[in-house]
Amino acid sequence: MSDMMNVSANPHIRSKDSTTKIMLLVIIALLPATGFGIYNFGLNAAILVCTSVATCVLTEFLYEKLMKLPLTIGDLSAVVTGLLLGLNLPPAAPFWLAIIGGVFAILVVKMLFGGIGQNFMNPALGARCFLVISFTARMTTFTYDGVTTATPLAMLKAGEDVNTWNMVVGTIPGTIGETSVIAILAGAVFLILFDVIDMRIPFTYLLTFVLFIGLFGPNGWDPWYLTAQLAGGGLMLGAFFMATDYATSPMTHLGKIIYGVILGILTGIFRVFSSSAEGVSYAIIISNLLVPLIERFTIPKCFGKGGENR
Amino acid sequence: MAFTFKGGIHPYDGKDLSKDKPIREFIPEGEMVYPLSQHIGAPATPVVAVGDRVLKGQKIAEASGFVSVPIYSSVSGTVKAIEKRRVTTGDLVESVIIENDGYYEEAPPLNVKPIEDMTKEDIRTLIREAGIVGMGGAGFPTHVKLSPKEPDKINYVIANCSECEPYLTSDYRRMMEVPERLVMGLKIILLLFDHAKGILAVEDNKPDCIKKLKELCVDEPRISVKVLKTKYPQGSERQLIYAVTKRAINSSMLPADAGCIVNNVDTICAVFAAVIEGHPLMYRIVTVTGDAINEPQNFFVPVGSNYAQLIDAAGGFKTQPEKIVSGGPMMGFALFDLNVPVTKTSSALLCMTKDEVAKWKPTACIKCGKCLEVCPSRLMPSKLADFAEHHDEEQFMKYNGMECVECGSCSYICPAKRQLVQSIKATRRTILANRKKKS
Repeated sequence: MSDMMNVSANPHIRSKDSTTKIMLLVIIALLPATGFGIYNFGLNAAILVCTSVATCVLTEFLYEKLMKLPLTIGDLSAVVTGLLLGLNLPPAAPFWLAIIGGVFAILVVKMLFGGIGQNFMNPALGARCFLVISFTARMTTFTYDGVTTATPLAMLKAGEDVNTWNMVVGTIPGTIGETSVIAILAGAVFLILFDVIDMRIPFTYLLTFVLFIGLFGPNGWDPWYLTAQLAGGGLMLGAFFMATDYATSPMTHLGKIIYGVILGILTGIFRVFSSSAEGVSYAIIISNLLVPLIERFTIPKCFGKGGENR
Repeated sequence: MAFTFKGGIHPYDGKDLSKDKPIREFIPEGEMVYPLSQHIGAPATPVVAVGDRVLKGQKIAEASGFVSVPIYSSVSGTVKAIEKRRVTTGDLVESVIIENDGYYEEAPPLNVKPIEDMTKEDIRTLIREAGIVGMGGAGFPTHVKLSPKEPDKINYVIANCSECEPYLTSDYRRMMEVPERLVMGLKIILLLFDHAKGILAVEDNKPDCIKKLKELCVDEPRISVKVLKTKYPQGSERQLIYAVTKRAINSSMLPADAGCIVNNVDTICAVFAAVIEGHPLMYRIVTVTGDAINEPQNFFVPVGSNYAQLIDAAGGFKTQPEKIVSGGPMMGFALFDLNVPVTKTSSALLCMTKDEVAKWKPTACIKCGKCLEVCPSRLMPSKLADFAEHHDEEQFMKYNGMECVECGSCSYICPAKRQLVQSIKATRRTILANRKKKS
């Protein structure tokens, strides 16, 4: 037995989960929404999503090469960011918007703050908000079947009637990935089944939002109005795919619930009281900033402190 | 409904490799090594000199304090040396080395009276004299455990039959082959605690053991079998107590504070052997297993035997192992040298063809929170590891780092493959050492 054996501190076994596997599951879960977006909006949507993904991966690659850091593009997190950013662009946006957004998301929001896990806000949403502020007209003009139209959410805000069924299926104007509730929920169920996301955040988020709209919205508890609010805009995509981003959401159970409640209230405030019809992106990035604070106040009570029968 | 605790993991258990192999006696050859520190507490003091002839079952080292136990020779032969030898943890420990003459000439047994005539104190003294320690891995002297300040306040004596570590089957074989010794041993311990009930806590992946033990306990009013969910670390003392009694204790409490005494299967069988048969602790069951071993086995091994010989007895290596672990894969020690002795706490020898740890490189934390989900102490392992890596002991304590039971579930589950428990452990050691210095 003179051969060299490995020695390390225990434990000596590891689960088969890895960062790459988790990211891959998220990508798979986003495929229905992506596929529907491309089907719904056509070729330009496909070009935007691909450009966005390619830009994100390339930016991370070049940054790490230039800074002589270990390459992390293999963990696929840049692909997820690119995909989410792509799904958050209007289908008629020019391709260079995706490039600017991708560079901003990866370079400014993610890499400059230390790379994966260290970003203080969701990179895709950070980039989306940056684009909305910088290129307001291009980011808020939605075309459907070649015609520029208002989104159902904007119509709701103006007090017009909307077709709720179309909103659930997704055959409505909006950003590439946000329109189909069915496609997004399919992905969300997949993520929950594979234990990738915790249900606490999306459910408290949606519940708080519904309560808020019911209490403070213009139409009270009208079920059609509430359903339209739930199905409209980026709420579903945001609740299941962006608010649950690991790095920018609390790790503690109680923290997740508080975070979901804050998200619901903020989204409600933006949608009901602000001049814009949509508010999910801003609600999420503002809540992202509160996460360290939430975690500090929700340190779990450890086992055995507090005596019997707990 | 099976009882359990919150958190924990379900690793591949590997028990099928050795679970159906009956216990076989292992006959050692040549040199036997008896480290003087096989238990928690003061090392034993040798009572033999180089050149002395010793018999099997003869005391070779004396307990050197209350938290200390004697050590017995498991063979007959000549004391060759008393010197520092390498043990499983990698440390050099003062050891008595005996050249085995192969005759197994026996010393007279310990002084036992019929059990009816023994007082509680007699039993405790005998357990101490027999050198019995917690054989699950910790090696805490059993007589100390059995001497709580207020014995009347103990309501449960729990036999830890969970064997939650993957690959280990030594306790399982014991329960399958000699369950009556376990039940008798538990009855002896119950004699010490008038108000206690005996509980055999078994994980539900051992239905055959549960059946056997239940049959044996039909006429035992004070003993019952409790079925636990199969989950690691179900056998951890605090988690076990919680699963059985719903009483939660923290790092500053003893099991006795929750009215419990917990002992491992092998330990209880050793109590039986000592009190009824007068045998000091000389043997233990070691599972030699892993995918690199030709014939995985459960051996009845004299303490002091050589690991390399055990591997030969199990048919040698099938493939070149990349890693060899003394104990289970979660809590065991990786060996760099097989020339180390079996001690009272060696539960297994696990030989793995592939080292999963080397395959993965630690990467950045993605804050997924999976470590929080599995932590049986409900801590935030990823945060604690951050504090540990930055030597921020103040924050480490604030986040209850000292409550960690070092089960390693967090390192197992981490998708970024961070060395969570390893960092936490190192910091806990530093803090404990500093506390000792101050006091």
